[in-house]
Amino acid sequence: MNSEVTTDMKARTFKRHLREGSKNIFRNGWMTFASVASVTTTLILVGVFLVIMLNLNEMAEKVEEDVQIRAFIDLAANQEDIDSLKKEITNIPEVSTIEFSSKEEELKNLMSSLGADGDMMAMVNQDNPLNDAFIIKTEDPLDTFDVASKVESLDHVSSTEYGDQVIQKLFTFNEYARYIGIGLITALVLTAAFLISNTIKITIMARSTEIGIMKLVGATNGFIRWPFFIEGLLMGILGSIIPIIFVVSGYYYLFENMKDKTFVPFFELIPFNPFVWQVSLILLGIGAFIGVWGSIMSVRKFLKV
Amino acid sequence: MIELRDVRKTYHNGVTALQGIDVNIQQGEFVYVVGPSGAGKSTFIRLMYREVKPSSGDVVINGHNLAEIKEKEIPHLRRGIGVVYQDFKLLPSLTVYENVSFALEVIEDSPKKIRRKVMDVLDLVNLKNKARFKPDELSGGEQQRVSIARAIVNNPHLMIADEPTGNLDPDTSWEIMKIFEEVNARGTTVIMATHSKDIVNTLKKRVIAIEHGRVVRDEQRGDYGYES
Repeated sequence: MNSEVTTDMKARTFKRHLREGSKNIFRNGWMTFASVASVTTTLILVGVFLVIMLNLNEMAEKVEEDVQIRAFIDLAANQEDIDSLKKEITNIPEVSTIEFSSKEEELKNLMSSLGADGDMMAMVNQDNPLNDAFIIKTEDPLDTFDVASKVESLDHVSSTEYGDQVIQKLFTFNEYARYIGIGLITALVLTAAFLISNTIKITIMARSTEIGIMKLVGATNGFIRWPFFIEGLLMGILGSIIPIIFVVSGYYYLFENMKDKTFVPFFELIPFNPFVWQVSLILLGIGAFIGVWGSIMSVRKFLKV
Repeated sequence: MIELRDVRKTYHNGVTALQGIDVNIQQGEFVYVVGPSGAGKSTFIRLMYREVKPSSGDVVINGHNLAEIKEKEIPHLRRGIGVVYQDFKLLPSLTVYENVSFALEVIEDSPKKIRRKVMDVLDLVNLKNKARFKPDELSGGEQQRVSIARAIVNNPHLMIADEPTGNLDPDTSWEIMKIFEEVNARGTTVIMATHSKDIVNTLKKRVIAIEHGRVVRDEQRGDYGYES
């Protein structure tokens, strides 16, 4: 008896597994079709979700970089007050940077942001109505709201201003969308894997005599399992073809139609290349994962010696 | 080479199929296992290739204790053992040739070796001219010869047969027994569970009789000992 366990697989053997695995795909046509269709549905949703989420994330990141709080200083405050205020703000733990901006600088900013109209403001240059301000950035942009209200409650601060409510809403929306999306996708992935494992179960039962003989003549469990892994893998990969085509063409269409229309500031789609291919790769990966996982679930139970 | 020491087998449902089994079988022996239905013959036979794991005691085959063998060593144990069943267990969609080569393919023998070994063994069981037939185109005796070919194609040191003539008429049974004797003559140990009084009483070999899960008789050139 040869008790040495060979683990390396010969090319011939691998070809055999590939052949057996793909044969099974055609043997139980309708079950395979149902499994592949469920992977397809899952992955289309995953694809759409991914594209939306990644774009929202990208957008949020861009906005986050710009999020800063302007704390306007009371006109009555003297230099001493300003210095102690600065200290107080710096002591807020969430604050990362603080910068003083004189009212002259504030005016310049305002004028440049207004473009051509800003030139008219030159007239008021003599009599600047603006306040001095601190420009504050927070460690985590999500703390913006909290920090702003803390700063506003301090002495010598007349008012604060930060990004907008839009930002807050974007953050919340982003977060909810993420949770709902992940929940939905998890449920779909489970369903698809379950369907695949059922399909493979049928293959295994149909081939129980064959498996029995394989065991009898000394085939290793690994050898017996491989075709089923491949069957699951193939189903997963087949299921990812349509979603990939859908995402690639859909995003191409969207991107081509929107790239010149920047009707909302900072709303810009992530460039088609290589983003779409990365998403495609993720879809392929999830498809393969669903397939292999589904096959492991059924094979493990059935092939106990 | 086969040694059973105080073997007991109790199944999950609480039925004790075998107990107090002490048996030694030398390499090259031919042994009949006889006894009434349900006496434990099948369990006894299935212990040898680890289809059944003993509840206690040792089953030692060629120095390997099957009571302690690791799961992943079992396939390698079985490569040295050929098993033949009453119902042949052939794959209906494969030809005679493929049914036999299957046994070598799944243990990853090389194609060249497979071709040579399969043709040799089909010659031995006299089925070379029916290599391309499907099992359902063959008689019962021919199908059993295919299953014997599959069992011995890897040149096992031990051949186990569970009522191999159970489904066959007397003439065909003798053909099968002739092949068994040939296999045995090549040095392979043969252990055969049988209900055939004729065979046991005519082709005299060692007889182990099992009743109620115990060995009640073990004699060289023994008789069947039961009314058929």
